Amino acid sequence: MAKICSLAEAIGEFLRDGDTVAMEGFTHLIPHAAAHEVIRQKRKDLTLVRMTPDLIYDQLIGMGCARRLVFSWGGNPGVGSLHRFRDAVEKGWPHKLEIEEHSHAALANAYVAGASGLPFAVLRGYTGSDLPKHNPRIKFINCPFTGEQLAAVPSVRPDVTVIHAQKADRKGNVLIWGIVGVQKEAVMAAKRAIVTVEEIVDDLEADANACVLPYWVVSAVAEVPMGAHPSYAHGYYERDNRFYTAWDDISRDRDSFTKWMERHVLATRDWAEYRDVLAKTGGKV
Amino acid sequence: MADYTTSEMMTVAAARMLGNGTVCFVGIGLPSTAANLARLTHAPEAVLIYESGPIGAKPEVLPLSIGDGDLAVNADTVVSTPEIFRYWLQGGRIDVGFLGGAQIDRFANLNTTVIGPYDAPKVRLPGAGGAPEIAAMAGEILIIMSQDKRAFVDKLDFITTAGHLTGGGSRQAAGLTGKGPTAVITDLCIMRPDPETRELVVTDLHPGVTADQVREKTGWDVRFANDLRETGSPSETELMVLRDLLKRTAEAHGTGK
Repeated sequence: MAKICSLAEAIGEFLRDGDTVAMEGFTHLIPHAAAHEVIRQKRKDLTLVRMTPDLIYDQLIGMGCARRLVFSWGGNPGVGSLHRFRDAVEKGWPHKLEIEEHSHAALANAYVAGASGLPFAVLRGYTGSDLPKHNPRIKFINCPFTGEQLAAVPSVRPDVTVIHAQKADRKGNVLIWGIVGVQKEAVMAAKRAIVTVEEIVDDLEADANACVLPYWVVSAVAEVPMGAHPSYAHGYYERDNRFYTAWDDISRDRDSFTKWMERHVLATRDWAEYRDVLAKTGGKV
Repeated sequence: MADYTTSEMMTVAAARMLGNGTVCFVGIGLPSTAANLARLTHAPEAVLIYESGPIGAKPEVLPLSIGDGDLAVNADTVVSTPEIFRYWLQGGRIDVGFLGGAQIDRFANLNTTVIGPYDAPKVRLPGAGGAPEIAAMAGEILIIMSQDKRAFVDKLDFITTAGHLTGGGSRQAAGLTGKGPTAVITDLCIMRPDPETRELVVTDLHPGVTADQVREKTGWDVRFANDLRETGSPSETELMVLRDLLKRTAEAHGTGK
């Protein structure tokens, strides 16, 4: 049953130290507000799973929340490097980060397998790539019918998946549209699911084939307008490309990153106050 | 003929490779610029597919990220990311994969993972994304990359994405189904794999570029075709459409000068 509550309550109750956490959203609907709350509540030893770590995991990694990262493309889209991710992998700051690295096809399939209750995913993949030499969780099996060699990766089964969506109704049914990425699979694969939404409405007005997550597969729903910023919410606001560019400077240096996070995240009560501070500072450190 | 930059020449040369009606799996950045230029010039029926889910994308401006909203708005349909990789790519629906990369070797293998050892990298690059499976299963692969000695290297520290592996029949022997890379388009030239050895050979020099310039910017002892051709310079239309597209894009993203 979905509990309609504040974001702080949702994270406090459903996301714990040491959890395997998937925060999904393929460029679109990235749950940034929820990640800030995880940082505020100082969660640690998390295994973070996400196809494209993006700024959201750069922040969590830089703030020391992650022990392990499962991913398939770790850059700042359209800009360049994720500096906190790189610093953790190259220099072990703020501490060593274990990585489990895949291709998009494999990780997308691993979410499907998780949602399907299967122990592993099978795909035609990784042939000729060096990734299987460095990731022991990529294996090869033979098709029992044709003998063809296929790749196998363990399914993703998060303790908790966190997503942002456009709407929920008062019961907690969630509607998501536009580029939907792997969010449905990530929610269905998880033991618990936290969803932030742009707005809670009386009626979702969803078509029969719309992507709706019923209230009974969701643990908590929190209304957090602009909760995906600097990512975007189709039908609500556009991607803040300037912020993605500005992040390159903010995050390049350990000190400036830490100061920025202290000022904007640790020193603010919630997402609304963060948005106020951000408007005042213009994103500058 | 109007003046143009080497980067414009690269994009135009790459765009020309994409036939009308082709179903193309598009990587972000240079491949996306070239694919959209093709769509806006000689290939209006090219079907552009992005890994975030849009099929038949017709963006007004170039996406900055692979999942920009503009890709979804005008697309024929938008499906989930697993569906893109399972039904459309693995299902064998893609004619051409259009990729970029950080590093390439003489057999058009790509590295986007690490410079230096994997466990103690000198530079940690973003990683594989969709490339390994796109390069494996699309009918053929076009690669677009600016040419530089640090990018066109004798030996890759890491093969993220298989091109022609060690050359000859090694790609087929490994069980890779698609033709693999059929052309590499740079800001200096076009390279294509030798039919036998599968080593990249320079087949076309862009106007004004010399063989020595290409040698200087290639990390291996690069070979040139006997019937070396000159790339046709960009037409007025190609340049106008490309510049309009880049201008609209900069204005829309707030990244303009």
